[in-house]
Amino acid sequence: MQCPSDRALRRWKMEMLNTVQTSSPPAEAASAEGAEPDIVRLEGVAKVFPATKKSAAVTALSSIDLAAPRGSITAIIGRSGAGKSTLIRLVNGLERPSSGKVLVDGQDIAQLPEDRLRTIRRSIGMIFQHFNLLSSRTVFDNVALPLEIAGMPKKDIAARVTPLLDLVGLADKRDRYPAELSGGQKQRVGIARALATRPKLLLSDEATSALDPETTHSVLALLKRINHELGLTILLITHEMEVVKSIADNVAVIDGGKIVERGSTFDIFTHPQHPTTKVLLSGVPGMQLPGYAQAHLTQERKPGSQVVLRIVFSGPHATDPVLSRLTGELGVDLNILGGAVDEIAGKPFGTLFVSFPADDARLERVRSILGGLNLTTEVLGYVA
Amino acid sequence: MSPEIAWLIVRATGQTLQMVAVAAIIGSLIGIPLGVFLATSQKGELFAAPVANKVLGAIVNATRSTPFIILVVAIIPFTRLVAGTSIGTTAAIVPLTIATIPFVARLVEASIREVDPGLIETARAMGATPMQIVWKVLLAEARPGITLALTLTVVSLIGYSAMVGAVGGGGLGDLGIRYGYQRFMPDVMLAVVVVLIVLVQLIQSIGDGLARRFDKRQRSR
Repeated sequence: MQCPSDRALRRWKMEMLNTVQTSSPPAEAASAEGAEPDIVRLEGVAKVFPATKKSAAVTALSSIDLAAPRGSITAIIGRSGAGKSTLIRLVNGLERPSSGKVLVDGQDIAQLPEDRLRTIRRSIGMIFQHFNLLSSRTVFDNVALPLEIAGMPKKDIAARVTPLLDLVGLADKRDRYPAELSGGQKQRVGIARALATRPKLLLSDEATSALDPETTHSVLALLKRINHELGLTILLITHEMEVVKSIADNVAVIDGGKIVERGSTFDIFTHPQHPTTKVLLSGVPGMQLPGYAQAHLTQERKPGSQVVLRIVFSGPHATDPVLSRLTGELGVDLNILGGAVDEIAGKPFGTLFVSFPADDARLERVRSILGGLNLTTEVLGYVA
Repeated sequence: MSPEIAWLIVRATGQTLQMVAVAAIIGSLIGIPLGVFLATSQKGELFAAPVANKVLGAIVNATRSTPFIILVVAIIPFTRLVAGTSIGTTAAIVPLTIATIPFVARLVEASIREVDPGLIETARAMGATPMQIVWKVLLAEARPGITLALTLTVVSLIGYSAMVGAVGGGGLGDLGIRYGYQRFMPDVMLAVVVVLIVLVQLIQSIGDGLARRFDKRQRSR
């Protein structure tokens, strides 16, 4: 897998800064400095698809409040049919809300006429699950397409496209056609194309859902770099918690057309509240008690049974050798049932499922020691 | 075969080519935009105009279902208005063109509808105007299909042009009927058929070759 070169990225970044400084009128530059902290803000948005001859009216979204802070990566996660595609299409006006406000950089785009909307769309990049590259155009011409649409003179287009192909590591494929590329390469072209107009916002519609895990990882790493080094705000929708875990700063969980939970990625992963969130998280390794233990779990305590405890490691003590301390101080034999230690939004985080002989005094000691280290514990039940 | 007969065949080939070329060009110039409109004007589409879509669709169907030989005689007043005469090669071009327009339109419509709707959405998300979407996405992506459609149109036109002998249009088909059949000259008939076969083969090969060159969807290298 080709990696974008550092030099290409740095050059691209400098050029972006130059454009902001030289070609933007002062008023616009000031707003880019952060007068509006949220680049996208949805207020009380609802979307109802009217009834047709064949079906009744469908409420796709209701009372949605959502914000994507400037420079952040915000994820919207939900199962298929939850309304996330509709939601992301509201942000660039491909769908219009039935009610509510869709503020992009402080401007309500919900009521704008189509021609004004077109201008705004040119400042919002979008990438897609199925890449949506034109099969009749080469890699270079695909990336050039949004610039042609924006009416950029031909001689300026090459100067813009070439560094972008360097950035996504596809400089050697510039004259190839999409049919000759792998999925990951196609999505890199999609990303380069989305960046061509130097957008202030990047929308990602399930961009990694059609890719294998390894390619997903490299595409996400590229998105993260773009966010980090260009400061580009990214709003993405996905049904994969892994995607959220590896790149998102904030996450909103959507279910049945409503946002049921939202917060920082770390908080949502460490302390999920809503059942939907918990179900979505259950696919992430280490988030759930393994099946063999789950099968024997009861809420009833019998003599000689063991208590099952879920320990959530987060914060400054997440990487401390807590278990060996417990064993040492209490003389308790801990039985590890399952778990994982990972990184979420750049912070270490782990979950462990342990069991030990059930005994109230001992349980209290264990919980108080762990509590003292700010680690959360939860008694799940008992196993024989 | 006498030199006079050979000359007749050459002249008839020239007439056929003239009728087919002019009808194909004018028919495409009108038929392609009509096809694009038919493919993009249903409810919720790019140039949504459901009523115009239905009306034009009905006219197209009516023209397509009229047998060509009936169309030729039925529009004689119109032909006279356009060409100044209702007989001869120039006059024959009028009904040929009229028959070509809906034929091309339906084939182009089908090719355009083959284009992935996701690409239209992508172009909209880039801020493309509907006309930009037509030029840069729909026509560009449908180019292999449209090339094959136009090839089929030209081949069909060669067949249709055989019928315009009825209004003195001349051409190979007319020659075959009048000399080959009515005057019992099987060698003329054979020559006409051979020329037609060669013409059709040639046009189909060129069309297939162009379509292959335009089609970048499956490339194995």
